[in-house]
This record gives sequence, structure tokens and C-alpha cells, in this order.
Amino acid sequence: MILISVIIGSITGNIDEVTQAAIDSAKLAVELAIGLIGIMALWLGMMKIAEESGLIQSIAKIIRPLVVWLFPEVPPDHPAMGAIILNMAANILGLGNAATPLGLKAMQELQELNPQKDTATNAMCTFLALNTSSVTLILPATVVGLMGINANQIFLSTILATTMSTIAAIIAVKSLEKSQRFAIQSPNKCEEIEEDRLISK
Amino acid sequence: MIESFVDIFNTSSKYVIPILLAVIPFYALVFKKVKVYEVFVEGAQDGFKIAIQIIPFLVAILVAIGMFRASGALEILISFISPILNAIGFPAENVLLAIMRPLSGGGSFGLLSDLVDKYGPDSLIAKIAATMFGSTETTFYVLAVYFGSVGIKKVRHALIAGLIADIVGIFSAVYICRFLFG
Repeated sequence: MILISVIIGSITGNIDEVTQAAIDSAKLAVELAIGLIGIMALWLGMMKIAEESGLIQSIAKIIRPLVVWLFPEVPPDHPAMGAIILNMAANILGLGNAATPLGLKAMQELQELNPQKDTATNAMCTFLALNTSSVTLILPATVVGLMGINANQIFLSTILATTMSTIAAIIAVKSLEKSQRFAIQSPNKCEEIEEDRLISK
Repeated sequence: MIESFVDIFNTSSKYVIPILLAVIPFYALVFKKVKVYEVFVEGAQDGFKIAIQIIPFLVAILVAIGMFRASGALEILISFISPILNAIGFPAENVLLAIMRPLSGGGSFGLLSDLVDKYGPDSLIAKIAATMFGSTETTFYVLAVYFGSVGIKKVRHALIAGLIADIVGIFSAVYICRFLFG
């Protein structure tokens, strides 16, 4: 990208501007980041209070039935289910720092249930699709910092957009897991079960 | 009907941040007996850390995009793609962010900062960009970390499903913002 800029800048005679832009942008980057500290500190402080007051657990209770329905392969009382629910609750609250360790825990527990250790299970794919679609109610601190007072409006638009992407993720993952192309390939029992399931569908 | 919905939304949205700032500490203090001040300070320290951590990403992306724009290359690129994108109502300025989003969190945050800086946080372009950023994830990174942590090599349909979710999220961000703020 920088190489293209220098070449095109030379052709169009903008090479001085290109140099100036490099210097100005580097300066701007630091100014921007420093400017974010205040709002981000405020926001992350608030979110820490939310975390300490058990908001993750409250959200977890609300979403539990939905999550149990989304993961028919995982027994509802298995530790994997608990980790999945807590990870999603943390994501909903925009608590990325709290969500990642819970997500890794959920993957470990799901791996316990996995008969074929190098291949993802349906539950794992569903879990990751939901994670990448970013179910969220609260904006990341960086976005609040950058948008300032306009962040108010971004809350609703983000909730709506993320709802759409989450629905898309669920539909995609649930229809793709039945597709022959993504079936688990291995000459063991696992495949037979998978095939039986495909035939019965 | 639709206009009144947008009006109600714009009026009520003013209260989102103030209410969050008021309700969270109140609830924590009164109902959960959380040491609000100490916990706040503990969390707020992360704000400092994260802001410092993103500086290298911001420098890299802002310098690259700044040079790209100053050379006139960005203009050429946008003039090439905007006829196609205009047809579907997608602002050409947001394309780079949409492509970068699933690949790199730091990089896409850099592009978002660039758009906010260039067009102002109250512009439609910045609002679409912020919504895109908030409603999607760095799919490749999440997959690599989560599957990598347990040694999964065959990811089956997880990547495609994640990317489908990203595409839907990105287009939803564009159309929802055009509807609400356009």
C-alpha cells in the first residue's frame, strides 16, 4: 500500500504531500490514542463495576434456554455448557477481556466431548460462528472513545446490525453442518453416526 | 410511522450513555455492595493500557492510509469501485474497513479512526463505520486463537459461517445506518 502510494504519488506529482501525510499521520496516531485514554478509562471502569456486580451471571440466566437449544450435542449440565453461556454473556456485555478466557475454557470442555481431536465438532463450529458474529449490547470502549457523544446513536444501530449477523450465523451454521461437504471424514463410528443423522434428515 | 420511529429513536438514544453511567454504579453499590470506587479505578487502568497498546497499530494503518490518500491513489480506487457500490447503496469510503474487519482488529480500528478523523464523528460514513466495527468480529483471529488453543486442524464450516455472518453484519450496518441517520 505504501509502495503504491509512493509510485502513484510520483506520477501525479503529489510526492511532497505523500511524505507530509506519512509524518502527519504518525503524529495523529499517537494524539488519537492519547485522546482516547480518558473516555476509555471511564468506560472500562464502568464495565468493571458491571462485571463485579454479577451482570454476567444475570445475563447468563436469561440466555441459558436459548443456548441449550443452540447446542443440542452438549448435555445441558456439562461444564462446556456453563462456559459457553458465560462466554456469550460476557460478549453481550462487551467484556472482551472476560470473554476470551471463558471462550478458551469452553473450547477445552468441548474438546473433551470431541471423539476426533483434530476435527471441529458441530458444537464448536456453532460456538465460533456465534463468537465471530459478535453478539453484543454494549459497544467496545475504543468505539465509545472515538465517537464521543455520537456513540449514543451507534448503540442501537450496532444492536440491530449484530442481531442480523447473529441470526445469519445461526442459520449458516445450522444449514452448513448438514451439508455433505463439511461432514466429518474418518473411518470410525463418528462418521456412521453422522451419516445416519444425514439420512434420517 | 417510519419517521416517528426514527424521531423516537433519536430522542431516546441521547439517554443511552448517561443512563448506563448512572444505573451501573447505583445497581452495583445498592444491590450488590460492590466497592464501586476501587473497582472503577481498577478497570479504568485498563483504559490506559489499551490506549498505549493500540498506538503501533494506529501508526502503521494511519501512515499507510494517509500516504495512500495523499498520493491520490485512494481517490482513483474509490472512483473505480463507487459506480458498482453506489448501485447497492454502499459508501465507497467504507469498503476498506469492510475488507479489513475480519482480518485484523488493530488494523480495522486504525481505518475506523481515519474515517472518524476525516469525516467527523457525526457523519454518516463514520456512523456506518462504527456500526460495522461494533457488529462484527475479527473472524480469522478468533478462529485461529480458539481452534489453535485445543489443536483443531479441520475447522469444517466454522470459517464460512463466520464470514457469512460478517458479510450480513456489514451490509446490515450500512442499511440500518442509512435508514436511521441517512
